[in-house]
Amino acid sequence: MNKPRLLLALLAMVASLYTVSLVQAQNYPTDDEVNAIAKKLYCPVCPNTPLDVCETQACADWRAQIRDQLAEGWSEEQVMAYFVEQYGERVLAEPERSGFNSLIWILPIVAVALGLFVAVQVLRSWHRAQNTAAESAVDFVPDVPPETLVKIERELREIA
Amino acid sequence: MADLVTKPGELAGQEADVPNRFRLSTLVIFGFVFGLLALLGWGLVQVNSGQVDSGMAPDFTITSFEGETITLSDLRGQVVIINFWASWCPPCREEAPYLEATWRKYQEQGVVFIGVDYVDTEKEALAYIEEFDITYFNGPDLGTRISHDYRMDGVPETYYVAKNGELRGVKIGPLAPPELDEKIEELLAEQYP
Amino acid sequence: MLADIGLMALVVGFILAVYATAVSAWGGWRQEWRWVESARRATLLTVPFLTISVVIVTYSLFVMDFSLAYVVDVSSQAMSPFLRLTALWGGQSGSVLFWAWLMSGFVAAVLWRKWDRDRDLMPYFITVAMLTTAFFTGIVVFITNPFARLWHIPGTTELITAVFQPTGAVPYIPQDGQGLNPLLRHFGMIGHPPTTYLGFTGFVIPYAFAISALLTGKSRSDEWIRTSRRWTLVAWIFLSIGLVLGGRWAYDVLGWGGFWAWDPVENAMLMPWLTGTAFLHSVMMTEKRGMLKVWSVSLIILTYSLSLFGTFITRTGVISSVHSFSKSALGPVFFVFIGITFVASLWLLFKRLDTLKSEHELESFLSRESAFVLQNVLFLAITFVVFLGTVFPLLSELVTGTKITVGPPYFQKATGPLFAALVLLMGLAPLFAWRKQAASRLGRAALAPLVGSVVWAGIWGYTHRMHPASYFALWLVAFVVMLILFEFIKGIQARMKRGENPLIALAHLMGRNRRRYGGYIIHLGVVMIGLGFIGDAYFQQETQVALAQGESLTLGAYSLRFDNLEMYPGSDGREVLEATTSLFKNGEFVRTLKPRRDFFVVQQQPMTIPAVYPTPAEDVYVLLVGWEEIGFGASTFRMFLNPLISWTWTGGFVLILGTLIAAWPEGRKKRAYALAPGRLQPQPGLGGD
Repeated sequence: MNKPRLLLALLAMVASLYTVSLVQAQNYPTDDEVNAIAKKLYCPVCPNTPLDVCETQACADWRAQIRDQLAEGWSEEQVMAYFVEQYGERVLAEPERSGFNSLIWILPIVAVALGLFVAVQVLRSWHRAQNTAAESAVDFVPDVPPETLVKIERELREIA
Repeated sequence: MADLVTKPGELAGQEADVPNRFRLSTLVIFGFVFGLLALLGWGLVQVNSGQVDSGMAPDFTITSFEGETITLSDLRGQVVIINFWASWCPPCREEAPYLEATWRKYQEQGVVFIGVDYVDTEKEALAYIEEFDITYFNGPDLGTRISHDYRMDGVPETYYVAKNGELRGVKIGPLAPPELDEKIEELLAEQYP
Repeated sequence: MLADIGLMALVVGFILAVYATAVSAWGGWRQEWRWVESARRATLLTVPFLTISVVIVTYSLFVMDFSLAYVVDVSSQAMSPFLRLTALWGGQSGSVLFWAWLMSGFVAAVLWRKWDRDRDLMPYFITVAMLTTAFFTGIVVFITNPFARLWHIPGTTELITAVFQPTGAVPYIPQDGQGLNPLLRHFGMIGHPPTTYLGFTGFVIPYAFAISALLTGKSRSDEWIRTSRRWTLVAWIFLSIGLVLGGRWAYDVLGWGGFWAWDPVENAMLMPWLTGTAFLHSVMMTEKRGMLKVWSVSLIILTYSLSLFGTFITRTGVISSVHSFSKSALGPVFFVFIGITFVASLWLLFKRLDTLKSEHELESFLSRESAFVLQNVLFLAITFVVFLGTVFPLLSELVTGTKITVGPPYFQKATGPLFAALVLLMGLAPLFAWRKQAASRLGRAALAPLVGSVVWAGIWGYTHRMHPASYFALWLVAFVVMLILFEFIKGIQARMKRGENPLIALAHLMGRNRRRYGGYIIHLGVVMIGLGFIGDAYFQQETQVALAQGESLTLGAYSLRFDNLEMYPGSDGREVLEATTSLFKNGEFVRTLKPRRDFFVVQQQPMTIPAVYPTPAEDVYVLLVGWEEIGFGASTFRMFLNPLISWTWTGGFVLILGTLIAAWPEGRKKRAYALAPGRLQPQPGLGGD
């Protein structure tokens, strides 16, 4: 090759490299994008610490790894799946809804339903007891005629 | 003074069917309570039991960063040194040169070194291996299964496996000469009738 | 020398507690009052002795007597005097001693006045309360003792922590201590642990009353509830404040952007608060209508056990958490104590079920009784969900062998709807009359607040255009606030008809009906606290950018410009890296914010301290993040917009105000009797309460 062509080839190479880096800089994942995924993950090593706030060097390495993966075009699901494969399920902030872990979602619904059912039953039994209870079962009978009682109650309600 | 243990009071007529309902709910409640206590008790035992350091070494299969695969049980007849490490762990860096030197020393005698990389990033792990020029087998602990089986608590930890596959103890913390040499000599000297 | 006195005082305190427990039980069993008197005096005596112990530990921390292992653990030359004092509860042994001391103080306060009514409850009350005190004091004496010293075995590098000298060991007194965990070196240290412990220990009082009532058969009447009512309120307000302060502290030092992370230890505090609040309401119904008796007793038993359970989780590491103390021998002991007390309490409850026969009277399904029942269901459901989420990782590991983490996404989704229902009920329930509520009257009473809140939520939603679910949340809050305000307005209007001006009317209104209107104010406080949670869940925005000096980042209407960076040595052995930034809103300068990164050299621990600009509408929360190298060329900043968070802190104050009003003694005024045939009981003396 002669000198001008060599120079041209070099120029072209530099130019293409520059544009590639420009494009990469534009596509390079922002901290926010990394955080969005890191928020859903927990630090594999520190106790109960989300990955986006963890201060250790290891966590910094993990966030850098997420950034690299995002830069290569990985989707969020792929990144999360990778983390689970590497570090186990405990790295997810929300357990997968499969198998045994589905219980954590089912049980509360069952508990609330059961609670409401019991509550309704209890209220009903109170209502029934009210209707069948003898009227004479009182501890203390005020010697005030019932009409006066009603009047007093009404006035009290209006005051309060 | 009311006795501590009274007979249940007479129940009114309309509540005749209540005892059965009460007994069932009593059973359920106490069952739940005891189940819960059992769970917590189990958790307590788990937390207070230390590393697995005796009996048969829990078996595992591990793939190295280069793609090679090893299964522990295949190594029966050889002394195996299992070292848990991580690139973000400063004490691990302290013992890394010593580990590599010991490996090179006992390599010909059939001693196997397995480095298990605990929750690490591949990039930093490979950099660590290159920095200390480590030549023995090293692979990531996928899903932290191996460390879980050994109840490993924190890196670095080194487990000694004898030729018959039994664990002969664990070293918690970085190894310093001549600890590892002595231990390997001990394990190599073991004879089985 | 001083430490020896402290140790002796501690041991004496323990012996007194054990004595009081045993002797009161004996006196109660045998109905011999002199034993009970003796137990009472022993109980009162535990306080000065434990106080001596506490004072000596605190003094040792203050003067940095490094011959004590505990002082070495939590104190250091570099720490400020304030921090050295609060270090009393900064480590395991000191905090358990603190707990025991507070417990003994509470029991003594209850026993201080001569009991005229409820004397029958006293023996077993002392037994149960002092058993708890003895348990905690015993732990301090035998398992984790702040008067233990460090010993060194010559020839080895081994250090032993023990109260008495082991054979062959010599005392080891280092030059300097480790110092308090950097995260604990915060003003919040003075607030959160004491209020939390006061809450936990406070709830032991109504529990002891309940157990005593069951044991003596006095559970037939509801006197025990009346006697313990104010103590329940005291415990409740302290636990509530403890929760708020804990959140505030996390907000200030953790640098996570929020204040509640659903961490197991946080949940461990939340659960007894939930059942304690349910208890607080349930006994109202027992008092007024004689219903839910069994339920009230169950709730206080649950609250007691959950408080202990909380302490158990925090100190044993059974469930992993950021808050955990280091592992210790406390686990098995706590486990046995919790197991025994919980099972025994339940057994006692079942045995004495017949004494808790309620007067089952429900006239209408639409009544305050039903509202109370529904409220209890909701509280328990939330407690169950929180408990399940906290314990599930352990369960999952047992069953499947894999560890999982249950984090905020689960808790938010699972408890959100339940909390929403609870808040709605909280607003509507005061409108329900006892016995029977006419639906039409309910509709009329709720109409104005309903319309007002829908309009308000609509306008807000239109101008802010946010997440759809947030409309509902804001409507709910507006609705409940308006319902509460209307209660006040109605009451003031009624009084104004008699010629009083509004302010006097308000004062008289609250004066005459402290429990009711104090309760309304407490509810208002709860709603305010809830606002902060809503803001955190739905409205939080964040961004993180690396800035060079002079560059800015934007978030919402705000922009932040990186101006300067400074490095200097800070107080108590830390290196401070402080960034100066300028905050702009809509282009206008607002103020200078200085987020920091402190590095504690001794502990090798970094700490991120946010710069916060609070306004009623939102907090601007800025962190200097250590992701990359921090320098003028590039420093990474993370900015959060946390809407409505200030309302949580304000809500805490409103909560205190409301509780003070509700709990204020009535004095000798005549009180209105609730007229209900069958429930009219002559009150001894006009005071009545």
